[in-house]
Amino acid sequence: MTIPMEALMHKKANFERDTERYHDFREELLNLADSGEIMLQRITGETAEVPTKYGRMKRIQKGHLWHHKSCGQCGHIPGYSTSIFWVMRKLGYDSLDPKDQTSCTAWNYYASATSNAAAQAAVAVRNFAAAHETGYYPMIHCGTSYGHYKEVRHELMAHPELRREVREVMKKLGKQLVLPEEIVHYSEWFHAMRHEIAAKQTRDFSNIAVTVHPACHYYKLVEGDAIYDPDVYGGQRTAVVTALAESLGAEVRNYSTWFDCCGFGFRHILVQRDFTRSFATLRKIERMKEEADPDVVLTHDTGCVTTLDKSQFATQAHGRNVGIAVMSEAQFAALAMGAHPYKVCQLHWHSADYRPLLEKMGIDHEQAWAEFQADLARLERGEKRYLDWDDVDA
Amino acid sequence: MTQSSAIYKVPDVAGHTDVSYEEKARLFAEVKSDVRFSDYLYGCYECGICVAACPSARFYDFSPRRIAQAAAREDVELIYQQMQEDIWECSQCFSCLRCPRGNNPGGIITIMREVSINNGLNSAKEALGGYSRIIYKIMSTGTQVSPDMLQPDAFPDWGPETGDVSNNLDLWRRALPSDTLHTTSTGWDVSERTLVELYLIWFHTGALSMIKDVDSGLHAILQEIMEERLEDEGIEL
Repeated sequence: MTIPMEALMHKKANFERDTERYHDFREELLNLADSGEIMLQRITGETAEVPTKYGRMKRIQKGHLWHHKSCGQCGHIPGYSTSIFWVMRKLGYDSLDPKDQTSCTAWNYYASATSNAAAQAAVAVRNFAAAHETGYYPMIHCGTSYGHYKEVRHELMAHPELRREVREVMKKLGKQLVLPEEIVHYSEWFHAMRHEIAAKQTRDFSNIAVTVHPACHYYKLVEGDAIYDPDVYGGQRTAVVTALAESLGAEVRNYSTWFDCCGFGFRHILVQRDFTRSFATLRKIERMKEEADPDVVLTHDTGCVTTLDKSQFATQAHGRNVGIAVMSEAQFAALAMGAHPYKVCQLHWHSADYRPLLEKMGIDHEQAWAEFQADLARLERGEKRYLDWDDVDA
Repeated sequence: MTQSSAIYKVPDVAGHTDVSYEEKARLFAEVKSDVRFSDYLYGCYECGICVAACPSARFYDFSPRRIAQAAAREDVELIYQQMQEDIWECSQCFSCLRCPRGNNPGGIITIMREVSINNGLNSAKEALGGYSRIIYKIMSTGTQVSPDMLQPDAFPDWGPETGDVSNNLDLWRRALPSDTLHTTSTGWDVSERTLVELYLIWFHTGALSMIKDVDSGLHAILQEIMEERLEDEGIEL
């Protein structure tokens, strides 16, 4: 039996936020900056404002952004990263893709626990300091990095002894304890920019049905800082991804297990994958298929795309009711804006069959694949060492 | 709680040799003294919301409620048992943060795991078996998921596309339009200076020392790599 969502949403239609419920950290952050305990990186230039869970407005800097990349995206779903870059370029906002960046290393923290609070805070602050040195404002690609950095910010604000320890480590690196005014996830940028993205849409998505998997580390860790909008699910779920998909004209369909995690589990996806695969397919993909039958699952974090996408192959062999394309909303938005499915969105790195979706989007995937192969042939002939942004738009 | 009141006490704990009550109390004291602990535990209504939301509770004999309750009651016998078994089943999704008391069972588990690692508990050694490569990647390169990890023999259940990626890896990476993504052994191109700074963090925060007891071989390799690079940079620890 599925949850009677419409009845629930109707009951909650008059929901009002309690703005006093969630402590606004910014005043404390400013006090720490004023007293010289931390260096605060300010938001500059053009911004958009979006509401958070308890009503606080969060400012999102539109351009001059420092891409804090995701190791999982760059390593295994590179079209996730390139779609973020591509959309930003198409909208005319400048950004920096730095080499002076490590991952948040939270895989160590959450999976193997071979780290500690001071090390994790120092890694975060080192990246923030690196961004600050360039003048570009950090935008975090990974949901886990984003959630973990918010935890780190909380720990640094709450514990003077931790601040002292991290400051000492930073001193050895010749850096300061830098924190940004807001910690911003890329999906918040896409949410804030959804109307600008929709204005550049070239493909019709009105016949595309999607389900949304909200990423746990985006909205469950330090939850008050995530984006919620009264007009999206009555403010009961995060608005990112869903509002963007709706802005692009897609039909967002509901399903009962939206709150469930994807099953990633950090260590489980590598060493206990039977758990990951079972949870991802039995609790998520099969439920979506049965209750919503979408063309694609959209999500906004590295592990979720990997888990939901990769878990379907073996499950399909058992005759289960799976088989839904999976991608990030960044790739979905890029496709809406006319991006090449292979050169930009790199869908050949995905496992669940995305070709029926491309056909519904009006994309000739066989021709697109031939175009990509022609580019690869140029690389093989030695005409170029690498493809670049001009090539992907050719 | 006293030693005699632990009715579930058996000669071994989760298949591992039991230790004295005092040792268990010492381990819990290490958990409790962590700077994060007071932010993660406020008491328990026993409502079970955390269990209802927990993915691991659906597939394992695991309960975030038991974690919060054992910590609140300072039941060092049960906490030790959990450190030898339960904690490695947690998915670290933090769905348990739905707790109406504001507890963070997933966060308590993070600390319990770190204490297990720090003290070389058997469960930590077992849990990290087959995990050395990940820790090596993270600590030595600053990125943990590298393209060359996508090998069909490691991920046979991920479908034939894994083989396609593996067979075409260099070419497909060179086809990525972003300058930093042409790498195959790291997620992106991390600068030398950045790695030096990362290594200094691992040394100065004690993170590198943490793995000494659970994987001495890996610890020795990482230490050598890091010291060599720092020495090249003229940095003395």
